[in-house]
Amino acid sequence: MRERKNIFQNADKIMIIIYILLVLMGWLNIYAAVYDDTHSSIFDLSTNYGKQALWIATSALLIFLVMMTEARFFSSFSYVIYVGIVLLLVVVLIVGHEVAGSKSWIEIGSFRIQPAELAKFATNLALAAYLGRTHVNIQKLSTKVVTAIILGIPPLLILAQNDTGSAIVYTTFILVLFREGLNGNVLVAGVAAAFLFIMSLLVSQWIVIGSTAVVLAFVAWRWQRGRRPWFALIGVFLISVAFVLCVDYAFHKVLEPHQKERINVLLGKETDLKGAGYNVHQSLIAIGSGGILGKGYLNGTQTKYNYVPEQSTDFIFCTVGEEWGFVGSTVVLGLFLALLIRVIMQAERQRTAFARIYGYGVASILFFHLAINVGMAIGLLPVVGIPLPFFSYGGSSLWSFTILLFIFIKLDSHRNEVV
Amino acid sequence: MVVTVAIFLVKLFYIQVLSDNYRLLSESNVRRSLVQYPPRGIIYDRHGEKLVTNEPAYDLMVIPRQVKSPDTLELCRLLELDPQQFRNRLKKARKYSMYKASIFLEQISKESYGYLQEKLYRFPGFFVQPRTLRKYPYPIAASVLGYVGEVNQNDIEKDRYYISGDYIGKSGIEKSYERELRGEKGMRIVMVDVFNREKGRFEEGQYDVPQVQGEDLISTLDLQLQLYAEKLMQGKRGSIVAIEPSTGEILVMVTAPGYDPNLLIGRQRTKNFARLSQDPQKPLFNRALQAQYPPGSTFKLVVGLTGLQEGAITPASRFGCNGKASSPIACTHSHASPLDLVGAIEQSCNPYFWGVFRNSVDRFGYSNTRKGFNEWRRIVKSFGFGSPISPDLLNQSEGNIPQDAYYDKYFGKNGWRSITIRSLSIGQGEILVTPLQLANFAATIANRGYYIPPHVVKKAGIREIEFEKKKTAVEDKYFLPIIDGMYNVFEASHGTARYWKIDSIISCGKTGTVQNPHGKDHSLFLAFAPMDNPKIAVCVVVENAGFGATWAGPIASLLMERFIKGKVKRLDVEEHMINSNLISP
Repeated sequence: MRERKNIFQNADKIMIIIYILLVLMGWLNIYAAVYDDTHSSIFDLSTNYGKQALWIATSALLIFLVMMTEARFFSSFSYVIYVGIVLLLVVVLIVGHEVAGSKSWIEIGSFRIQPAELAKFATNLALAAYLGRTHVNIQKLSTKVVTAIILGIPPLLILAQNDTGSAIVYTTFILVLFREGLNGNVLVAGVAAAFLFIMSLLVSQWIVIGSTAVVLAFVAWRWQRGRRPWFALIGVFLISVAFVLCVDYAFHKVLEPHQKERINVLLGKETDLKGAGYNVHQSLIAIGSGGILGKGYLNGTQTKYNYVPEQSTDFIFCTVGEEWGFVGSTVVLGLFLALLIRVIMQAERQRTAFARIYGYGVASILFFHLAINVGMAIGLLPVVGIPLPFFSYGGSSLWSFTILLFIFIKLDSHRNEVV
Repeated sequence: MVVTVAIFLVKLFYIQVLSDNYRLLSESNVRRSLVQYPPRGIIYDRHGEKLVTNEPAYDLMVIPRQVKSPDTLELCRLLELDPQQFRNRLKKARKYSMYKASIFLEQISKESYGYLQEKLYRFPGFFVQPRTLRKYPYPIAASVLGYVGEVNQNDIEKDRYYISGDYIGKSGIEKSYERELRGEKGMRIVMVDVFNREKGRFEEGQYDVPQVQGEDLISTLDLQLQLYAEKLMQGKRGSIVAIEPSTGEILVMVTAPGYDPNLLIGRQRTKNFARLSQDPQKPLFNRALQAQYPPGSTFKLVVGLTGLQEGAITPASRFGCNGKASSPIACTHSHASPLDLVGAIEQSCNPYFWGVFRNSVDRFGYSNTRKGFNEWRRIVKSFGFGSPISPDLLNQSEGNIPQDAYYDKYFGKNGWRSITIRSLSIGQGEILVTPLQLANFAATIANRGYYIPPHVVKKAGIREIEFEKKKTAVEDKYFLPIIDGMYNVFEASHGTARYWKIDSIISCGKTGTVQNPHGKDHSLFLAFAPMDNPKIAVCVVVENAGFGATWAGPIASLLMERFIKGKVKRLDVEEHMINSNLISP
């Protein structure tokens, strides 16, 4: 009974405070982004900020629901939730509502839900449940296959909805696997592949292949331990050559023109201020014009006058940068960083593998969103349409991130109990 | 994670704190400087009737950088342009500036403006700028009023006030009073959103520059008289200039054939201008100011005045008209001989004025021609001949009073005598005058010895425009016999204009029939009335029309009657003049 009385008894105050701050700041910025003298009521449901107020209220409700649920429920029912969401992803493919080319919305009345958002925490639950079993060995092939299936189904379905951004998010789980003992070579290979990918687009493929050969020869020359692994090095070289050639082929034959353009713009090979580059250019202008202290709340001209597209969703960071300047941007990034560190710290303190893995999942998902979203807004990464957690306008994403975080807060508040 | 956030912060620090570029770009995004064109000053006639007014027009402006692959076809349809024209215009604007607004399509009609305004938000980079166009309530005085057109590169380089697309007075009053009429452009700086919708003033308008309205002008022209004069000149080639002698104010200035000034406004200006400039009748040529004619017999008045002033003759001097005395200049018609000065003017006797001229030039001895001629020339020039006389009319021809150097060159130094240059005595030969100079001469006689430089604007804003009186080199008293002669032209039984007397008004005049090597003689007449206290002085030239008394005389007479009496009694004469077409088809 005592526990019922105060469900936040052992909840981590730091995470909750940061969460509340981020959500409120997000709401203020959504208000600023669509601010217009003619709409004065902040609860006007025809506006984004009015709706967001509703989403925040319902999120509060969700928080209570999550906190009142037995902690054991999440580990026990993780697969059920996962399967349920996967089914929803299938349903959306059939009856989904298409917005801007992505068929990823289920329409209920005037509100729309995006199952892809909800799939994030569901997948995280399933992953934590699977890898959290006792005596699980991630090095075993069967474990890898099952993990790959759990992590693979949602993004494939999401890709089928033509929502590339949300699908890419799932690559972030590699970080979790790494923490859980996945061989570091995979990560090295991944980074190397990404590097080769970019280089082969930037310069001639023959230069890339040549440099790879030189680097590998250098590695062979400096090899310290035992016999030089000629076989492995030549293998790596051949794979690299094949990869580089594939990239070239894929880039020119497989990618859609607009995707090619985005990549080219990002790599600086094209400057197209009217097409793909326009968004990033306007976004940079918005953030860059903020200066140290910003233009002041509601005074951002770039965002208020719609120069930046998607300013209350994917490009919400522009409003922060423009109206609050470098100081505001630093505060927001600081809060996110603090939250991430706190989540990881708490994850490391968990007694159960389930809670730990889940915590790492939360941190990776949040980090991935933060990095991609802000990176895109300041022109460091290609334009990928994913929201900034807690900030961006959107019910599904706010709900999803809220549930994601608060399940962890719930699990964390029970970490001292004997499972 | 920490590294990623650190990288982000470095980048943020760079773009937000170190680089200024984005702040400027953001301003150029939202800031739109709207030039505020003040209405040009209105031009009134001397009685406050509007001669030139304004009407609203709308220019479609474009900022090329903001044009986003527009639905060209739709916009073309709205503007009634074909896609090729559309592209050309956009190219031109791009060449001017990617960031600054320039005119895409000038002077959209009021109807298309209303329609366009509703659709324009869909075409970022385009916006409408209100302007004013000139409008002429009456199709008259085009060459005096001039016209307004877009500035060219030359105008912009001469005066930094102008930017491409501005309007400037190109000729006439519009040009000579450009500074007064144009006012001062203002600047309103507003913020616009991505759809080009105005969102309010930039910094509460503290950088705005208020516009200053152009000054209204009161012209010296008399609308009703100008209308009447143009009517009289229809179907004829030539000009009329009428001046109020006491003020130098130009009451009427007609060049015929003329054109409707409304042709040179708006979008059809270029087309019409090309058509007018190719018209063989040269309607753009302002004959009143620019045509140069030998003055013919009207110049005998000048010769007479000069002779009197120099003491070469007295009013009583007589010269024979037949026999040796008349050689080598014969009289064109028979009359009693010898005549005195008054009679010689009345009957326009050629040998008489050759005698006067010879006496003037040979005053210092037969061989001292140069001195005599130069002295004679000085006095002639004091009437305003041989140089532009109006302070506010542009492109006046100077006319020509030949210099001794000219004759030196032609006949050899000292190779010429009075008899060599005898044609000057009857206003032929090298001598050339403009109708304006002749009208001014008529006013000078009316004033008995002085003139006020003839001008077309009397008031700009609240500033009265006045000019200094100019004395001629001839004393007042010598004008009296000349005026008597001119009186006789109308009143005496042999007067050359005796048929064109005005009932109850005593007028003075002088006919001129100018020999024209290229065709029929030009008909000239100059006159003023009433004789005492003159109200109007006028010069009429009708090209290739024959005797001065036949056409120019009656036209001048009708005009003076109309001005002084307010109406014309001689309806038959009036009708004859108005309906005669002297331009050979």
